[in-house]
Formats: sequence, C-alpha cells, structure tokens
Amino acid sequence: MVSLWQIFLVFAKIGSFTIGGGYAMIPLIRDELVKRGWISEEELPDIIALAQSAPGVLAVNMSIFAGYKMRGFKGSVAATLGSSLPSFLIILLIAMLFTGYQDNPIVVRIFKGIRPVVVSLILVPMINMARKGNKTWWAWVISAATLFMVAFMNFSPIYILLTIIVVAFCVTMIKERRQGNG
Amino acid sequence: MVDPLVFAQLFWVFFIIGLFTFGGGYAMLSLIQTQVVTAHSWLTESAFTDIVAISQMTPGPVGINCATYVGYEVVRSSGAGHLIAILGSFTATLAVVLPSFIIVLTIVRFYTKFQHNRIFEGVMSWLRPAVVGLIGAAAIILMFSVDWVGTKPGVSVVEENFTDWISWVLFAAATVASLVFKVGPIPIILAGGALGLLIY
Repeated sequence: MVSLWQIFLVFAKIGSFTIGGGYAMIPLIRDELVKRGWISEEELPDIIALAQSAPGVLAVNMSIFAGYKMRGFKGSVAATLGSSLPSFLIILLIAMLFTGYQDNPIVVRIFKGIRPVVVSLILVPMINMARKGNKTWWAWVISAATLFMVAFMNFSPIYILLTIIVVAFCVTMIKERRQGNG
Repeated sequence: MVDPLVFAQLFWVFFIIGLFTFGGGYAMLSLIQTQVVTAHSWLTESAFTDIVAISQMTPGPVGINCATYVGYEVVRSSGAGHLIAILGSFTATLAVVLPSFIIVLTIVRFYTKFQHNRIFEGVMSWLRPAVVGLIGAAAIILMFSVDWVGTKPGVSVVEENFTDWISWVLFAAATVASLVFKVGPIPIILAGGALGLLIY
C-alpha cells in the first residue's frame, strides 16, 4: 500500500510544478500517479470530470479525489497538504522578502519561456485522452461542442457539465427501461 | 493589536469563495477581487493586480497562491507583524479549501460506490468526452482570445502567454517533445524556464 508520506511527497512535487490553473496539473498527475500505477489510466478522466463538477480550486479537488482513491480520507488530506504546501511557503517567502518579485527581470524572462510550454502540456494530455477515450462519433460530437462553447462562446464549464449530467442520466434511464421491457 | 474579527471575516469570505467558484482558479480571481477589493476594501485595486500577477508567476495552483497572499496582506495591512500575518494566510487558505473537501469527498464516496453501476457508467460516458473538450478549451483560451461583438471582432493572440514568435517555437518544441518523445512535464517546464532566461 502507498504510504501517506509518499502521497504527500509526490503531491508536493506535482504542486511545485503546477504553474497556472488546475489544468496544468493534469500532465503531472498522469506522469506521477498513472505511471506509478497509483491510479489507473481510465480513472484519470473521471477524476477530472468530477473534480470539475465541484466548486473550489480545481487542483485541490483533483488532489482530494486522487488522494481518496489511494488511501481514503487520510490520503486526501495528505494529497491536499502536499499540493498546497509548496505554494503556501513560496508565496509567504515572496510576501515577506521579495517586493517587486513580479517585475524582477530574471523572473519575467523565466516565465516568458515557461508560459507557452505550459499551454502545450495542457494540450497533449487532451490529445491522448481523445485518442484513447473517444471511441464513438457521439463522443467526438460532445468533445467538439464543449470545446467550442467554452473557448469561443464563453460558456461556463459548470453549466455544460450539469446539462450533460442531466441529459445523459435521462437518456441512460430510458435505454435501461427499454432493455428491461424488451 | 489586530482585531480578531479580521480572521473571522477572512475565513467567512474565503469559505464562500471556495463554495461558489466553479471552473478553477481563474474564475476564482474575479470572485476574490469582488470580495476583497470592492466589498471589504481590504486591498486596493493595484495591490490586488500585483497579487494576481505574482500568483500566476509562482509555482502552485493560482487559487491557493492568491488566497495565501491575500490572507497575508490583509492582516499585515491592518498593522500586524509577520507571524500574525502568516496566520491570516493560513486562515484564508484553509477556508478556501474546506468547501472542496466536504463536497469532493461526498462525490468520491458516491463514485467508489457506483463506479460499476450501469446508469452511472452511462452518465460518465458522456462526461469523459466533455472533459476532453474542456481541456482543449483551456489550452485555446491561453493562446487566443475571441471577440464576437467588440468594435474589432476577431481572434487575437494572448500576448501575455505568447509574447513573440519564439514563444510559438517553444510551444511547438514542447508539443513534439511531449507527444512524440514522451518527455515528462517537469523536464519540459525546466527547459522552458531555462530557455526563457537564455533567450530573452
């Protein structure tokens, strides 16, 4: 069994390299957790989907979810502490000691290089997930429609997810009924 | 002496923010701004803008970074010392995480129980491709902003992330490294930072 200390350390590593929003965490979770066999490849999209359906910081939600899958409640606490502690300490250090951090020329140059690279790190797991997960034409329609509505029409992801949950639930129920009767 | 009420208010405000933010850290920023700058006047607009910039330019989830920093600044600006201000950081960060804990733990228990249920599986088979679309959208939003109704409708590059053509070369190189050569995300981020330092 994975120890809580190991969970904490791996999530501290993930948290230290999550730069930007929670989506930047996805390639790290894949690389650290799926490759170690702590969570399965199939569970990853489920974790993201359900973490996104709850309020709060996406990265924290994914940590709670993944931590729970590994070691229950204690695992979710260890994972959340791990993914937030590096940020917490770094921010405190900056707040106390480095005024003008955001204008420091070295920091600015480093982040000029990191930002475009992070975009690609978000894009690549999406390509991998689509190739492995989208097995029907219907799945591709859902992916394309979601992408279009969020990226180009400013829809909030939560409304799309809630609508899909309700519609998918009704469709699945009707299918089950029909099969039950036939 | 700091009014202990400040901590209670910080806790309450960030708890509400954690409870009502949907869509991750960036959606959270505007909510924090409304509460911290407009409603409570704890920080000025320009102080908050600096905090947002710093939250994006430090490792870690943006929402956590911002809560930590705001908690610190709010207590510090009320005249407290560093140690008391750290308590402000802790209060804000804990408060913003707490609603997630309650809600996500409920969802994950439900998930482990119904993972192999046919109806649940049916719903998930619709949600998974939606997540693919959401991630794609997140990447596109970091690259381009689309304007349908403004004075000059059209697509423009997000200059914050893509400052010049070198950014696109770095982006392409990272994509090839990750997709074709299976290089892990951490070496790619480190290389991006090092190249940024060398080139710019």
